[in-house]
Amino acid sequence: MSAFIIRRLALSLVLLFIISIISFFIVTLTPGSPYPWGDLNPKISAEVKANFRKKFHLDQPLTTQYALIMRDLFTGNLRSIKDDRSVMARIMERLPATLALNFTSILISLSFGTLLGIYAGRYAGTWRDLAGSFFAFLFIALPGFWISYLLLIVLVKECGVPVLGTQSYGIAFANPLASLLDQIWHLLIPATVLALGGIAVQSRYLRATMIESLREDYIRTARSKGLAEEVVLYKHALRNSVRPIISGIGMLLPAMISGAVIIETIFAYPGMGRLGYEAVLERDYPTLVALNFVVAALVLLGNLISDLLYAAVDPRVRLE
Amino acid sequence: MTTLTIPIIRTEVETPAQRVWRRFLANPVARISLVVIFFFAIIAGGTPILSATGHHWPCDPNQTNLEQKLLPPSPQHWLGTDNLGRDVFSRMLHGAGISLTVGLIAVAVSLGIGVLVGAIAGYFGGITDQILMRSVDALLCFPTFFLILTVVALLGPSLINIVVVIGLVSWTGTARIVRGEFLTIRETEYVKGARVLGQGAWKIITRHILPNATAPILVTAVLGIPDAILSEAGLSFLGFGVQPPQATWGNIIADGKTYLLDAWWLILFPGLAILIASLSFYLAGDALREAAESRG
Repeated sequence: MSAFIIRRLALSLVLLFIISIISFFIVTLTPGSPYPWGDLNPKISAEVKANFRKKFHLDQPLTTQYALIMRDLFTGNLRSIKDDRSVMARIMERLPATLALNFTSILISLSFGTLLGIYAGRYAGTWRDLAGSFFAFLFIALPGFWISYLLLIVLVKECGVPVLGTQSYGIAFANPLASLLDQIWHLLIPATVLALGGIAVQSRYLRATMIESLREDYIRTARSKGLAEEVVLYKHALRNSVRPIISGIGMLLPAMISGAVIIETIFAYPGMGRLGYEAVLERDYPTLVALNFVVAALVLLGNLISDLLYAAVDPRVRLE
Repeated sequence: MTTLTIPIIRTEVETPAQRVWRRFLANPVARISLVVIFFFAIIAGGTPILSATGHHWPCDPNQTNLEQKLLPPSPQHWLGTDNLGRDVFSRMLHGAGISLTVGLIAVAVSLGIGVLVGAIAGYFGGITDQILMRSVDALLCFPTFFLILTVVALLGPSLINIVVVIGLVSWTGTARIVRGEFLTIRETEYVKGARVLGQGAWKIITRHILPNATAPILVTAVLGIPDAILSEAGLSFLGFGVQPPQATWGNIIADGKTYLLDAWWLILFPGLAILIASLSFYLAGDALREAAESRG
């Protein structure tokens, strides 16, 4: 077990190294510059430009720049080209909101996706399965930004419910409970939109494994013992279909963070997706590289956790 | 001398491809999605041809008319007009081509890379496999859409950049599937036989293994098309898609978001087009997968 964790961590470090190289060269080799002024602006003296380049190591060759960015990333000295603030501080102030959003979203995906998958798998081949599969594909095919705007139109215009940001703006709450409910509400809407694709993917995997499990001999035994269909489904079949539920945790994360770029922009949600979007617009190399690094680390961590959980739940699995 | 006439016996043997196709067409969902896809393809192909001859139907997509801006759907403008008085329906017809082009070409790019990487990794195995698959793992840790957004934003948005970048980023799934197929097929008797006969790796891969892995590759290709369409729509929405005045489904919504609470038709209809187009590709792909997997 510990040998497995150590080997996985070592592999993760190698992957993180590759990822940092890819992301660094993607952002630096493309045209354009991060300078906050136009190239031909006569008001900026050569000296100012030189100082700026020096400060952010832009006068160095790319390989040195990469080494310096990595050094600064690990010593915590990496500074954003945009506002000269510590990149880690910028990411850390967004991290809680991002984790809350993605965690809620994964929770919604797993629970509803599992239910939909069981339903479709149980009635495989019937019209109920067809309807379940149709909804799954409908959820994947829904453009997130479109459904967000439709929700905005309905909720804001028709119902007058505030949805932007992490809490209602300019309202002092009489009690902490009302404030908490308000924050949960603001989290729930973007999380649900973000979860739609996850629900679909999850339900497809679960449907496939349910169909497989339901063909097993022990299911026939359980049924012939006269157990209730619910017991057979949820105690016998579901237990053996647990793999997609758990591996879903690791798999859904990158897709969620991708989707969050658009959803966070629309709902003015202060997460890492929006930070990344802004950093792309500003060509803020240090922030982009650090952000990709942190996101990749989160994804790898998610994969490791799901593998460990898998081994903990399923006694047939040995981590070697 | 007697002439010996040999009766030609024709036994109708179904090829695997015919069998998959027959089973595919037996599925009503597949038939409906196929009709919808054809419908979109006709619009995508027909609209530019019609425009090139000078006949705009129903209107010129770029004809502005500020006296008629932000009109709700009416008999004149079926799906309303936008903030510059352009006919939304005409713009959507012209956007269809962009979505389908992006879907098809991006998939072609990703298929090319994915099949090549997967085939090499699966056929040769060992250290080659390790290196290639670890790179795939590394790429899978990137949030795909964010990666596409980064590269397109930095390179500058244009149709060719978008298509190539979406293709370059989305081949990992195909590579994994092709590798898996190759791992199984390379252990079969006929591949071993070909190797014993001294055939080269390239010939074994292209003549013996690849044809037997066509079905899963085709399924990933069909399922990749809506992914690309949705990515392009998202990019267009953020302003990094195909640039105005060329209409795309995504940028009609992006333009319309300013008038969100007044002009719902600018949001609803283009999004519906994206939804229907990608849904029919997903359903067709799934039906194809089922047709290829089931026996009988």
